[in-house]
Amino acid sequence: MEDLVSGLLAGKVRSLAKAITIVENDLPGKREILQRVYPRTGNAYLLGITGPPGAGKSTLTDKVIAHLRGRGKTVGVIAVDPSSPFSGGAILGDRIRMQQHALDDGVFIRSMATRSHLGGLAKNTVDVIHLFDAAGKDVIIIETVGVGQDEVDIVRIAQTTVVVMVPGLGDSVQISKAGVMEIADIFAVNKADRDGAEKLVNELRAMLEMVKSEIKPEIFRTVATDGVGIEELVAGIFAHGRRVEESGLVAKKRCLQAENELKAYIYDMIMERITSLGGYDEIVRQVAAKKLTPMTGVEKLFAGLGIAQEE
Amino acid sequence: MSKKIKVLIAKPGLDGHDRGAKVVSRALRDAGMEVIYTGIRQTPEQIVATAIQEDVDSIGLSCLSGAHNKLFPKVVSLLKEKGADDVLVFGGGIIPDEDIAGLKQAGIAAIFLPGASTEETIEFIRKNVKTA
Ligand SMILES: Nc1nc2c(ncn2[C@@H]2O[C@H](COP(=O)(O)OP(=O)(O)O)[C@@H](O)[C@H]2O)c(=O)[nH]1
Ligand SMILES: [Mg+2]
Repeated sequence: MEDLVSGLLAGKVRSLAKAITIVENDLPGKREILQRVYPRTGNAYLLGITGPPGAGKSTLTDKVIAHLRGRGKTVGVIAVDPSSPFSGGAILGDRIRMQQHALDDGVFIRSMATRSHLGGLAKNTVDVIHLFDAAGKDVIIIETVGVGQDEVDIVRIAQTTVVVMVPGLGDSVQISKAGVMEIADIFAVNKADRDGAEKLVNELRAMLEMVKSEIKPEIFRTVATDGVGIEELVAGIFAHGRRVEESGLVAKKRCLQAENELKAYIYDMIMERITSLGGYDEIVRQVAAKKLTPMTGVEKLFAGLGIAQEE
Repeated sequence: MSKKIKVLIAKPGLDGHDRGAKVVSRALRDAGMEVIYTGIRQTPEQIVATAIQEDVDSIGLSCLSGAHNKLFPKVVSLLKEKGADDVLVFGGGIIPDEDIAGLKQAGIAAIFLPGASTEETIEFIRKNVKTA
């Protein structure tokens, strides 16, 4: 574990890859790795790219990587795709679009399946981000599927979230139903080579008129397959990043994120101690049988831990 | 909780026929595995770099171009070079019987010919991957 972490911190590819596997799968050693990695995090720029399937997110990511490499930045990519609800397996095909970077030492791409985790991200994505961050990646791109309100996890983490839209998917429905207005820091209207791109841009503009937030999302037209509009998009992303940094929004997000992580650890720790005491399943049964209220159940469990409840 | 089996399905060589690779990918997914698919015309170097980043348990190589005798062993030797020779490598495609022994000697653990059922492949992977 010692070797793995020092390798990772030194930017060694295989160490990072192995550490991700441990963290992603909750394998032994996860806690120790994260414990040692945390102090080295907080330097990466987190960029979310989300949108419906087939919108061109992976192709766009590929071109954004190329552009960032041109600016001398190292890049980590976490490409999340859904698991099959039937088998629990998955086909992760995002890399197909990004293989031109396979041999570039400055680019590390990792695919993750959601494993039926809600929120559009894979379980443990945040921990994997920490590993990329500690390994020194300047920019970490997180590609996720979805534009619905259920899939906004990415927004809580990323400095900038790009929502990729395409003409012809029932545009106004796409925009209003999905609640993307709350998610997007930037819109990329991709496949701008197709009919209807202009119409989609106009509809987005009209919707944005009604949004009251202080920082209005910018709209960029892109043709990801040809690299058209990428330079402008990347410039727009970093401009957005500077604005949210200056406005204090990034600091606020970091605080919320820290609190979320803390809460998750508190929950895990308490659950671990409660279940190790025994009697937990019995209390669940009694609550189910309506012999106990959940509140009394908690009191009993906490009493077992020696934590008295204040009246 | 047991770790999910992760497999890279890759197509080295210049042929553009990926139907077989896709059939296998779907079968493995339906068997509960996580499959990384990287598309056609991958060099052995790209395949190995991808396998290492993704930390896969196994690599399935599909080749119809006839260059398997060069490309498959190259993947195995590159894995060795990078210290990743614990990855289980198998192959498929149009491969003459007389080539199979040589490929196995070069470290390809199994070859599945066009007639093989996907169940055989699934069985083989489950039995032979070294999952931590
Ligand atoms: N015409 C056109 N096709 C595109 C464009 N961007 C991506 N595509 C194609 O759209 C398909 C889906 O792209 P992909 O990047 O995999 O989409 P994702 O599912 O959102 O990651 C691929 O066939 C791409 O070649 C574009 O700007 N114009
Ligand atoms: Mg994609």
